[in-house]
Amino acid sequence: MSKMPHVLAISSAGGHWVQLMRLRPAWSGMRVTYVTTDPGSEEVLRQDAAEAGEAAPGFATVTEANRWQKLRLIRQLSQILFLLLRYRPDVVVSTGAAPGYFALRIGRLLGARTIWIDSMANAEELSLSGQKIGKHVDLWLTQWEHLARPEGPFYLGAVL
Amino acid sequence: MIFLTIGSHEPFARLIKAVDEWSARNGATPEVFGQITDQGIADHPPQHFEAVGKMSPKEYDQKFSQADLIVSHAGMGSILTALSKGKPIVVMPRRGHLRETRNDHQYTTAKHLGDRPGVFVAEDETQLADVLDRTLATLEQCRNAPVSQVAQPQFTAALRSYLLTNTFARDGVSRGQNGEESFEV
Repeated sequence: MSKMPHVLAISSAGGHWVQLMRLRPAWSGMRVTYVTTDPGSEEVLRQDAAEAGEAAPGFATVTEANRWQKLRLIRQLSQILFLLLRYRPDVVVSTGAAPGYFALRIGRLLGARTIWIDSMANAEELSLSGQKIGKHVDLWLTQWEHLARPEGPFYLGAVL
Repeated sequence: MIFLTIGSHEPFARLIKAVDEWSARNGATPEVFGQITDQGIADHPPQHFEAVGKMSPKEYDQKFSQADLIVSHAGMGSILTALSKGKPIVVMPRRGHLRETRNDHQYTTAKHLGDRPGVFVAEDETQLADVLDRTLATLEQCRNAPVSQVAQPQFTAALRSYLLTNTFARDGVSRGQNGEESFEV
């Protein structure tokens, strides 16, 4: 690849986000846009970037929604569609949950490469989204070696 | 100060009540500060410690850093943050059959990560006071060097390589975009 890809890294707030943050060396130096559900994360990202002497990364938020909140899910989905059309990233990467699932499905339709990293919280079976997303992503990963299968999900390591 | 955190999504009455009773028994010493969701505040306002519903990521980080001990649901975020700050953490898993989460993933998290240095598991509210007392009694020995702030280096290196070359190496075999195998060059 001749140029560095533009990475859109997306997850819901909380544990998924903490895991996404621990993966930052994977895309350091690349153009990156973060998307999450807590606007307060921008302040922390800016602070980290300033301490590292780097430019602040792109940042956007979407509505928080769980699997029972249909209207909020629809709102979240349309916000993600809008963000992907606006940013047109080369790669979409997610640690979960719902926002990541949506972003990977839409991102792939728009021609981006897609990476799902199932949360380390799923030590004995993949998350529901993680099971459903498998056949729709380019790189499908679990963080537990004993959950890896020859046809995927694969294991390349863990955030801890 | 003990920082109690139960995640930002759903209340966790069993843990809040158990900590409240433990704090009452101890005459509110050591001091507990809780982040227990807005619904937790509404449903079961703790009588023996100060608590808020939610906190900004920055406030959360500050409280976490000030604490001597973390008490938490068995969420990955709390555990990773405690390990990366070298804070001892007592976790009590939410259970699927009590509808505290969709399934028992927190129970399996506690099972798989509970043997890490600095991580202590109370399986349920009946064990919590004991585990808290024991951890506090040996707090000096429970402090550990912070683990790395980032993921395993071979993991981020493999992801980076995939981002840059569109292939990833596994078991000495590299795979292209659709998983087809080719020999490593």
